[in-house]
Amino acid sequence: MALTLGAPGTRPGAPPERPASRSRRRARERLTVLGFMAPALAGLLLFLVYPLLASAYFSFTKFDLVNPPRWVGLRNWSFLLQDPNVRVAAYNTLWLVVVMVPARMVGALSTGILLTRFRRGAGFYRTLFYLPALAPPVAATLAFVFLLKPGTGPVNTLLARLGIEGPLWFSSPHWSKPSLVLLALWGVGDLMIIFLAALLDVPQELYEAAALDGANAWQQFRAVTLPAISPVILFAAVTGVIQTLQYFTQAAVAASVASGQANSGGGISGTFGYPANSTYTYPLWLYVAGFRYGALGYANVLAVVLFVVSIVVTGILLRRFRAFLGTDR
Amino acid sequence: MTAPARPNAALLFVARHSLAIALSLIFLAPVVFLLLTSFMTDHQSLTSNLWPESWHPENYANVFAKTPMGRYLANTVLYATLATLFMLLSSVPAAYALAKLRWRGRYATLVAIVCAMMLPPQVTTVPLYLLWATWGLTGSLWPLILPMLLGDAFSIFLLRQFLVTIPDEYLDAARVDGCGEWRTLLRVVLPMAKPGVAAAAMFQFFYAWNDYYGPLLYTSENESAWTMSLGLASFRSLHAVQWNLLTAATLLTMVPIVLVFFFAQKAFVQGVTLTGVKG
Repeated sequence: MALTLGAPGTRPGAPPERPASRSRRRARERLTVLGFMAPALAGLLLFLVYPLLASAYFSFTKFDLVNPPRWVGLRNWSFLLQDPNVRVAAYNTLWLVVVMVPARMVGALSTGILLTRFRRGAGFYRTLFYLPALAPPVAATLAFVFLLKPGTGPVNTLLARLGIEGPLWFSSPHWSKPSLVLLALWGVGDLMIIFLAALLDVPQELYEAAALDGANAWQQFRAVTLPAISPVILFAAVTGVIQTLQYFTQAAVAASVASGQANSGGGISGTFGYPANSTYTYPLWLYVAGFRYGALGYANVLAVVLFVVSIVVTGILLRRFRAFLGTDR
Repeated sequence: MTAPARPNAALLFVARHSLAIALSLIFLAPVVFLLLTSFMTDHQSLTSNLWPESWHPENYANVFAKTPMGRYLANTVLYATLATLFMLLSSVPAAYALAKLRWRGRYATLVAIVCAMMLPPQVTTVPLYLLWATWGLTGSLWPLILPMLLGDAFSIFLLRQFLVTIPDEYLDAARVDGCGEWRTLLRVVLPMAKPGVAAAAMFQFFYAWNDYYGPLLYTSENESAWTMSLGLASFRSLHAVQWNLLTAATLLTMVPIVLVFFFAQKAFVQGVTLTGVKG
């Protein structure tokens, strides 16, 4: 990679340099940049470029942890089309993308808007709403499996006192994914902070002008707030989809704990998807195919597909890269 | 303000605070129920009682006495601390070069780093696992710690976003005084960038503390290397259904995070905002 430093030392009015010393200085500046960047560039090559290329190659081979890769052409790829598990897993992940991402965005935006309405107390409420987002995902998932225990959990106990029979939550194939959405909404605070910062950046004069024109609250929201924060909404949508494509921990832990079956760390994948594969997400199936069934070649097919989908989604963000990076490029 | 608007405003005030208080209770309720259950006997924690009939703070000691949670804690602290230190060593200089030095390929490198940051970890899992297996390091946490010496995409991006906000004039002044780029970074930029560095360090520490996928992938065969996340997820099966101990252990993993957050809330919130969009 050609590294040239845009000469921070050359100021207007500096005496012209002889070509030889200029090229020596260039070389030194290049070395400086290389010194700063070398570890990160090596990291990009070793932990991004290499695995991507290797993954593409491995997807045409058959191997496991014992046997070395053997070329099998398109066999793994044609299996992708017949694999019933990938269909279930892709459906579950798509379900989460379609429901969980918008739910989190609406939740974050509405709590953020509520916080902008306070003159006093906003900081207190902000901290309270934000704290659950800090809970380690495993801990938060355990908390929700406990809260939503069908028989004796606090939520169903309280519902029973109101005369309502609570659902089976994490133990019902119909309620397991909505339960995961509730868990995601509990941790909505990180997104709320981002929306709140954007909301507070909207110029107050725009609201005053809209109010003078007789716009009601909803019209002000549509005509002023939404356009002003649209880059943040795009950012939240893209990162939300990316996060949901890699949704692993909560689904794995909820299934394992709710199933109540004996397992240890090594065997945890045996309970993935409980109940009735309803929480089997795409990354879980990738993990199981590769590390439980030992089909490492096929796992790379799933990885390449995941890579292509993520890159397409990220591309939407990169097209608006300048807004994403701020004014200074 | 005109007279009829007043009762309206008072009503709105009450309505907003009621809504905010109701939401606060909903956000807090899970932790409250965990806390109450963590003081119950193991028998009572299996019932639908919400309030402990007798209080057993010794449950918290039992988490360490009856389970290997102490070792998991030590592993987690080691992982999170080393990962954070290594990340800072490698990522601060890279972020500086991306934010404050001009060189050809800078923009392309930044795009590559954003792509690396956005990529689901599962995409690169198999080749990386094989790499660490050939180096004989699977079964330990090193495959998660050592890469931090070669930069972390998210941290580089966060630090870069912070460093671009520092005016170039300070840097130019240092350069005119004859500081090289390293000295400019260490003496001028870093002291000004403390909140950004603190935010990046906290994010990295929390990430490692919370990480489940990485430890599951590399250490699930070797229980002596497990972290708290991994231990917690396997807790129920290994120690029967002792919800009182499990809720206590769950709360214990949350405590350090909340403490760190309260000590550095401002830097942290700034960090969250910086990785969002700058209009």
